[in-house]
Amino acid sequence: MRKIESSTITNAVKDLCAKSNYNLPDDVLKSVNASIFQELGVSRDIRDILEQIADNAAIAKKEKIPLCQDTGTANFFVKLGKDVYIEDGNIYDAINKGVVLGYVNNYLRKSIVSDPIERKNTMDNTPSNIYIDIISGDKIEITFLPKGGGSENASALKMLTPSVGWEGVKEFTLNVVKDKGRDACPPLIVGVGIGGDFASVGLLSKRTLLREIGSVNKNTFYAKKEQELFSEINKLNIGPMGMGGSPTVFAVFIATKATHIASLPVAVSIQCHSCRRMKISI
Amino acid sequence: MKINLQDLILNIKDIKVGQKILLSGDIYTARDSAHKRVIDILNKGEDLPIDLKNSAIYYCGPTPVKPGEIVGSCGPTTSSRMDVYTTRILKEGVKVLIGKGARSEYVVKSFKKNNAIYLVATGGVGALISKRVKKSELLVFEDLGPEAIYRFEVKDMPLIVAIDSFGNSIFNKICPTFINT
Repeated sequence: MRKIESSTITNAVKDLCAKSNYNLPDDVLKSVNASIFQELGVSRDIRDILEQIADNAAIAKKEKIPLCQDTGTANFFVKLGKDVYIEDGNIYDAINKGVVLGYVNNYLRKSIVSDPIERKNTMDNTPSNIYIDIISGDKIEITFLPKGGGSENASALKMLTPSVGWEGVKEFTLNVVKDKGRDACPPLIVGVGIGGDFASVGLLSKRTLLREIGSVNKNTFYAKKEQELFSEINKLNIGPMGMGGSPTVFAVFIATKATHIASLPVAVSIQCHSCRRMKISI
Repeated sequence: MKINLQDLILNIKDIKVGQKILLSGDIYTARDSAHKRVIDILNKGEDLPIDLKNSAIYYCGPTPVKPGEIVGSCGPTTSSRMDVYTTRILKEGVKVLIGKGARSEYVVKSFKKNNAIYLVATGGVGALISKRVKKSELLVFEDLGPEAIYRFEVKDMPLIVAIDSFGNSIFNKICPTFINT
């Protein structure tokens, strides 16, 4: 058993909240810059938007100003080694304490209301969403995905019937992007979850947003389908901030899971261009 | 084109969809909860704590201000959530609304009817936009946290005219087949 004090987790989470909101991941920035190059001589308006995104990343990093005012719902994907013993507390409290310190001390926006109807702000951005997988070993790996409300609102889930197959999944995904994509700060990253059940397919689609842009799906069938959706979505003429042209998406990621003989659940998680994610290991 | 808010309002008919402008002047921030509260006050027939006549509203919920700074990160939020409030807000004399994303067809008509315009800022660039805010002041509804109403004095805020006072919408132009939900 490896003993880890809960304060170690809290402090690590506190730093994670701040750093991830100031630093756009390299793969995302690379996609932005590649798109600026592609748009050269095509559309001045679209290039301006992409250049603003790149300039924003530079300002945010240098001056420690949040990339986006929506510093998001705090989502944590945790791999907890089974040989870890957390002293003086539990992992949920340790992470939430880190969120309070991270968001309050670093002047990040508190975007959580305690009740969806009453809508009173909790003023410390908790509670966060914490998803834990138990793995072997004695380490804790925490991946943080602060996710804005605008892109989250564009996400959707549907229980399809098995007969519609891949074409049904594709049609649904394209419709989600068509209907709501331009309000979700494109260029987007689209996570498609297929299978599982109603409860698990949403998480499946969200978790796949943690993949790096440019990473290839290990399943060759779905690797091809990701490419297919990528090129179809980029033909929708939504473009950066819905101003037309392309790119509409930087990447499409698909994750699948076993499902019931009667079911074909599909969830489409929409991620904005300000795709903040960061991983630490304790 | 550089323009200050009062000149823009005086010459609103000259502003055309697709134009790029650098806006200067005083604007209010207000998003979901502030809108709801403003509408509630109007419905009760009470006086508003801010003057909406010939004003501009920016759909924005900034991050808190760090000590020694003017403003936090302050990009636009999705405008369509404010569609339900917009006709009423425009009736009160607001001439310029600023946000991101498309608007419903009935809202496009309200802009035309009320001789008002809708401008879009790039979403997700709150750090960049914060550099164009020269003063910020919390005005009312402090209890709403990030949804309180602030007054921003902006200088050269980069915007695109998305709906003009003739009811032309940039989004319909780009792809008229999209459904405006």
